[in-house]
Amino acid sequence: MAVYKHTYKAWTGRPTPAWSRFLILARYGYARLFHSRFLLLFFALCLFYPFVCLAYIYLSHNTTLLATLLIPASLLPAVDGRFFYSYSIVQGAFAYLLTALVGPALVSPDLANGALPLFFSRPFSRAEYAAGKLSLLLALLSLITWVPGLLLFAIQSSVAGWDWAKSNLWLAGAIFFGLGVWVVVLALIGLALSAWVKWRVAASALVLGVFFAGAGFGAAINSVMRTNYGTLIDLEQMVRIIWSELFRYDSGAEISVSTAWIVLGLTCGVCVWLLARRIRPFEIVK
Amino acid sequence: MQPVIELNELSVRFGARTILHDLTVGLYGRVIGLLGPNGAGKSTLIQTLLGFCPPANGAAKVFGHDIRSELASIRATVGYMPENDAFIANMSAVSFVRMMGELSGLPGDAALERAHEVLFFVGLGEARYRQLGTYSVGMKQMVKLAQAIVHGPRLLILDEPTNGLDPAARQRMLRLIHEMRDSGGMHLLLCSHLLRDVEETCEEVLILKAGRIVHYADLESERRANKRFVEIQTSGNDPGFEKALAGLGCECAALGAGRFRMVLPKDFELREIYRVAAERDLPLRRVNYRRDTLEDIFLKAMGS
Repeated sequence: MAVYKHTYKAWTGRPTPAWSRFLILARYGYARLFHSRFLLLFFALCLFYPFVCLAYIYLSHNTTLLATLLIPASLLPAVDGRFFYSYSIVQGAFAYLLTALVGPALVSPDLANGALPLFFSRPFSRAEYAAGKLSLLLALLSLITWVPGLLLFAIQSSVAGWDWAKSNLWLAGAIFFGLGVWVVVLALIGLALSAWVKWRVAASALVLGVFFAGAGFGAAINSVMRTNYGTLIDLEQMVRIIWSELFRYDSGAEISVSTAWIVLGLTCGVCVWLLARRIRPFEIVK
Repeated sequence: MQPVIELNELSVRFGARTILHDLTVGLYGRVIGLLGPNGAGKSTLIQTLLGFCPPANGAAKVFGHDIRSELASIRATVGYMPENDAFIANMSAVSFVRMMGELSGLPGDAALERAHEVLFFVGLGEARYRQLGTYSVGMKQMVKLAQAIVHGPRLLILDEPTNGLDPAARQRMLRLIHEMRDSGGMHLLLCSHLLRDVEETCEEVLILKAGRIVHYADLESERRANKRFVEIQTSGNDPGFEKALAGLGCECAALGAGRFRMVLPKDFELREIYRVAAERDLPLRRVNYRRDTLEDIFLKAMGS
């Protein structure tokens, strides 16, 4: 029907495949997110450290430049597990801040004005909705964590040679798996809190609070109870314990790796439960 | 003929509380009205048809698709305009409606084209690039309607579509409902408290009370049948008038004070009444078709 006719006529085209529709939410989400210049600048800032690492890798293999700068090659730390462990800590922190900025804008605007029934009255399930919103965060956080990490590994492999790549292949797995786990945990926490708090600012504060309050309470419990079980509610410590295992770097943590895995698994489970409770087309008021 | 909506002993429970009790009915009309007082279960019935609430017992079908096993097929053919606010405040109307169209299965380009079209259709053409958070109540209602029809549904479910609308906007909404009905390809399920809106638009009415069906009325048939009942009031009191009317084949009862109630025979021409009155020099003050208004039907149902 033409716009000027102003009459109703049904649409009779061929529908798109159902499996791909969750990506529509991610597409609209990106359009909304990158409308903000601040977010765009912050995203660029998140990629600063990988460029620093890239420059370091280049410098450490450029003997001519090192000689010109009068820096002995032996003084530069090797590009190894510890290097990528540090990279993971820095980029993990940026990923966390990005989650606090982006996560609350995902579900809370839909909840605030009751838009969820409109999504679920279509051939679009709750799981697809959650997958659509989650894919946005997963892709965004991946772009600043394991994707540049693997690129750095590939560049280091190309300049250090095949022998280095062969003997350090486990590092690629550690980068992908270690940072991937952190991205999944952050995305689920961001989405779950966004689904529970309708006010975006409060949701952002809550995302920050989960980590800062966790670390603070954990330290307080440890010092008052003279134990180390308080660390269990410090998610950042938990993921560092896992990273130290994956990157074969001893961080001196007193909690076992398996305990850290269980804590992160439980956190993800709680987030999924919160999402299942909250992402519904209507609320039952008791 | 396949019913639009078919309920077969449908029950819905929230916890221990039964909201809908053994509803059984087949609805075939092009525009179906759903009436009932607050808490009667109208919205729950709609939500059950959309698969939001699982049925505890019984079955329900929309266009022959079972709500338990063929929910995706039902949702693909249904458009839903909820009663409460439902929008994303920081999106423009055209983006919002386009996104909803895409989620219903329209390709991106087609969804954009349709979004423009339906926004013009509902009268928001000039405001389509404004953010929804800045819209008035009436405009938000129209956007809800636009997103419900963007994908060309076979069944449009309207939950209180005239809520919060001023008289002019209400008239426009009813006009749009008429236009969509007359377009031929769409059935409408209209849930409203406003009996006049339902009476003006609906062919069939289902009245719920406390989760039970208390009345089902085929308004079209009743309208046709009711044309046989006529009430007359004359200026004077002529006892011979009743006999003269009976002579025309009408069943006639004098109510006193010049008032008569008659049942007309088939193919009776109404002008015969005027002719008999003129012959007897009896001025007619009023000739009305006597029919139950929807309000009468509703009040009777509520009393039952």
